[in-house]
Amino acid sequence: MTRREVVNRFAFMEDKAASWVPWVSICTLLLVWEAVSRSPWVSALYLPPPSAIVAAGVDMAVSGELWTNLMASMGRIAAGYALGSIVGVLIGLALGFSAIAEAAGNPILYSLYPVPKIALLPLIILWLGIGEVSKITIITLGVFFPVAINTYAGVKNIDPLFVKVAVSFRANRLGVLRKVVLPGALPMIFAGLKLAAGTSLLLLVAAEMIAAKEGIGALILHYGDLMLTTKLMVGVVVLSLLGVLFNQAIHAIEQRVIPWKQ
Amino acid sequence: MQILIDGVSKSYMDSKQGAVLALDKISLTISENEFVVLVGPSGCGKSTLLNIVGGLLSPSGGHVFVEGLPEERDPAIGVVFQDVGLFPWRTVADNIAFGLEELGVAQPEKQARLARYIKMVGLEGFEHAYPHQLSGGMRQRAGIARALSIQPDLLLMDEPFSALDAQTRTLMQEELLRIWQATRVTTLYVTHNIQEAVYLADRVVVLSRRPGRIASILPIELPKFSRDKGENLPAFNRYAEEIWNLIRDDAQQALLEGADG
Ligand SMILES: Nc1ncnc2c1ncn2[C@@H]1O[C@H](COP(=O)(O)OP(=O)(O)OP(=O)(O)O)[C@@H](O)[C@H]1O
Ligand SMILES: [Mg+2]
Repeated sequence: MTRREVVNRFAFMEDKAASWVPWVSICTLLLVWEAVSRSPWVSALYLPPPSAIVAAGVDMAVSGELWTNLMASMGRIAAGYALGSIVGVLIGLALGFSAIAEAAGNPILYSLYPVPKIALLPLIILWLGIGEVSKITIITLGVFFPVAINTYAGVKNIDPLFVKVAVSFRANRLGVLRKVVLPGALPMIFAGLKLAAGTSLLLLVAAEMIAAKEGIGALILHYGDLMLTTKLMVGVVVLSLLGVLFNQAIHAIEQRVIPWKQ
Repeated sequence: MQILIDGVSKSYMDSKQGAVLALDKISLTISENEFVVLVGPSGCGKSTLLNIVGGLLSPSGGHVFVEGLPEERDPAIGVVFQDVGLFPWRTVADNIAFGLEELGVAQPEKQARLARYIKMVGLEGFEHAYPHQLSGGMRQRAGIARALSIQPDLLLMDEPFSALDAQTRTLMQEELLRIWQATRVTTLYVTHNIQEAVYLADRVVVLSRRPGRIASILPIELPKFSRDKGENLPAFNRYAEEIWNLIRDDAQQALLEGADG
């Protein structure tokens, strides 16, 4: 009689990569990049090596140039993101919770949503000038739509049973909104906030490239015009780091606010 | 205090068949401290009636009255839903406290009641767990504690144990009787399980189907405990048999319609 052991063919679903894998992957990318840009076939003008970018970055940080530009960008993004997400959550809750608001607001929301917000930038500059207000406004707009639509979908997805339970225990409309609708929609709200983080960076750089003296977008455009690719790449790397940190921050807040999500 | 259900009808609009009469002139009185069980085949309108009595659905005709409340106020009604409906974003303790919050019960009293009802349903040690960390039976017990903690004038339960396995279900039924003995709260309990109905009820109300009407009302004249054991068993089985005969045809009909789609 032969004997064969039954093996778990589902085991790959539980595979976990070791914690060093991401670091090795990043380092490999950097090493390959370094090697390619130092090779005789590629000009450093087109692809500066990471080591040169880091050195330039340190220089620019020491001179304060990086700092002023970074602060200008961060200020704009913080203002636009905060404004857009607060208004987005409020409008999304209203649309999801009130039948009148839904009927009146939905057609407007869904007809404006597909417009790429960059297309509105010239118009907004025309209306609001080329100062800070127009830059913050375009970021606000870009953040508002994904947040509002996700919040709305989150409210609509709430199991009516939860509302029934709340009402059966004599919760009024405000109580239902605060204790059922808002917490129930939180996972979707955070999905919207994460989407909006990417959009806000995109619009920030676009706005700064059109008209700004300071800001990472302006810095990239400036060094691009001067063909100073290494310094340009410093700006790109800063944007990438900014994006990563932004997502990590939202993720950390999510973990705090939604401890019940397994 | 008693509940008077007076000629309650309910018709639902159906896209295919037009209006469907789910309940047809139901009249029933639930006395103070009485445990009434509503039993009937699937789709006979049990949940509909329970929701109307709980003020969660408007009847198409008729009224529900609460008579003889000690003071001028709305009755406190505790509902245990079939799917429990614990809020996933609240811990067990916060879920049970929900009704108390809405009643505006002061903090020390709230804590005292929480402790008492958590103990009553045997969930000590799980106060800070989230619903997804509980078993099905524990969730049901949390739902029962939530309904009891507001010290309701009327307790409504819609098939609270139907999702549980047979053993857990038996244990929960015993538990419910024990809790009920301690509180004696006026209760309307919905089930499609005949044994459960005979096991728990002071009176069993049998509903027929299409339209939902009261087919019969049976007072269960057995001691409240150990009904399905020893000398009580023959009478227990007679009651069950009697109810089964009342709903057999309806249940078969429901099955056929279900098969048709
Ligand atoms: N929202 C609704 N819209 C239309 N018809 C409905 C609605 N709710 C219930 N019905 C119909 O009313 C009838 C009674 O439904 P109800 O849910 O009260 O039955 P039930 O006795 O609780 O059944 P079950 O034991 O399966 O839970 C059914 O025929 C059902 O199809
Ligand atoms: Mg039902």
